[in-house]
Amino acid sequence: MQLMVENLHVAYDRIRALHGVTFGIAEGEIVCIIGANGAGKSTTLRAISRMVPALPGSRMDFEGRNLLDYPPEKVVSQLGVSHVPEGRRLFGNLTVMENLKLATFARKDRPAIKRDLDLVFSIFPRLAERESQPAGTLSGGEQQMVAVGRAYMTGRRMMLLDEPSMGLAPLMMLSMFEALKEINQAGTTILLVEQNARLALKFARRGYVIENGRIVIEGDSGALLNDPGVKKAYLGG
Amino acid sequence: MSLEFLLQNVINALQWGSFYALIALGYSMVYSILMLFNFTHGDIFMTGTYIGLGVATGLLALSGAMGIVLPGWLLLAMTIVIAMFLTSFVGVAVERVGYRPLRDAPRASAAITGLMIGIMLEYGNLAILGTQRLLFPPIIETVTYNIFGVFVTNKKIVIVAVALSLMLALHLFIQKTRWGMAMRAMSFDFQVVPLMGVSINLIAPMTFAIGSALAAAGGILYALAYPVLDPFMGILLGWKSFVAAILGGRGSILGAALAGFLLGFIEVFVPIVFPSTFRDLIAYSIILLILTFRPYGFFGQAHSTQLRL
Repeated sequence: MQLMVENLHVAYDRIRALHGVTFGIAEGEIVCIIGANGAGKSTTLRAISRMVPALPGSRMDFEGRNLLDYPPEKVVSQLGVSHVPEGRRLFGNLTVMENLKLATFARKDRPAIKRDLDLVFSIFPRLAERESQPAGTLSGGEQQMVAVGRAYMTGRRMMLLDEPSMGLAPLMMLSMFEALKEINQAGTTILLVEQNARLALKFARRGYVIENGRIVIEGDSGALLNDPGVKKAYLGG
Repeated sequence: MSLEFLLQNVINALQWGSFYALIALGYSMVYSILMLFNFTHGDIFMTGTYIGLGVATGLLALSGAMGIVLPGWLLLAMTIVIAMFLTSFVGVAVERVGYRPLRDAPRASAAITGLMIGIMLEYGNLAILGTQRLLFPPIIETVTYNIFGVFVTNKKIVIVAVALSLMLALHLFIQKTRWGMAMRAMSFDFQVVPLMGVSINLIAPMTFAIGSALAAAGGILYALAYPVLDPFMGILLGWKSFVAAILGGRGSILGAALAGFLLGFIEVFVPIVFPSTFRDLIAYSIILLILTFRPYGFFGQAHSTQLRL
């Protein structure tokens, strides 16, 4: 397992958000976590990125290293785990190129940066056209491209995606997931959380269902798509 | 009002505007990235001026001991550069000791801490250097030029020129370097910055360092014109520059610079019309009036509370 999460507990102030979440991802996999609003999907990703503190007793290992020893910026820069946050959160006052360049702030490997930038532009040719435009002026789909491209530029071992389909037109969603497949084929493990369960399960190989801060069902995507409980709760019958 | 008289006062206004603008920039830069008003900044300006005094005195003694006479402009340039460098550490220390532990605390706690550190700097200075006012050494001699009936001193030219050059340098730094880019990003959404692999604990001290260095430069320029220093000199200038930062628009770098100069103009031109004892009363009434109609200042935006990541 590239990423092992065991018994992850998180609380916001006094309110428990996660009650011992356990799951794992192997290198090169595409895995999704589905669940309702407020079930704990985003919190799980934020805990992995160390943006929210994990409570004592939680364990998170990435490639054999204890994630709890790393501050957020080092999870990105030293371990290569990138995070596309919910709502994209681009730097709207910076140009597309500046957003991508800022993502390489901590990197010193110039030739690799150039290669990664070329890959981002080959997956999202639109971004090359929009290069010098402020990111805040782009359409929703283009902004999601910048968010994914930017995450790829920060670190390429694993990418965490929080609701990448949110706010996108159906066609745009499909091409976004095609792009994520390309990024996965280039060697990046992908963990995404989605409310759009059908789309996520079609894209991912395996999935977890989270309810009230606990993983309740796990399995291959095919099995989950046919699971009567999952069908009823998340796939609209 | 004759044209010569008008130009004479424009030059005075530019000189005062240079002081206010250089100090106001520090308030705005820190606010733009941390949404925090650094109320120690006026006293960092004072500390920077004293550091400048120490550097200038030291350089004079050193060159005297070595038997060389440094030209005044070189002495001034060296004093400004060295004092800016040294004062930046004061800013870094204030951030590290005062503000960083309070980053998630209510803003009022940080404001009070800032004021307290300011008082410590004032009375620390008093305790170490004593109650006697110190005189900034006259490192350049005053030369007065008569340009078509307008009297301009070389010091005023130097003050305005150095201030404008530093502002231009700051602008280029913010727009063209990756550090400046990180600052701009942080001013837009500081919570996402760590996800870019950039530590907030790198950008925040750097911003304090630059703001403090600019305040030190402002202090030395101020001392060229008004060489009698006292430990409380940063209070009034600090607060006035803070007003300029607010007037420019919270967090707006350009706004702070422009409002600093506007403040200089208002303060110089009000006493031409009104008795000079009314100067600040009327000047700040005008600013209050402007803020009544533009509560966010010239370039400020109504901030919505940022989303939690």
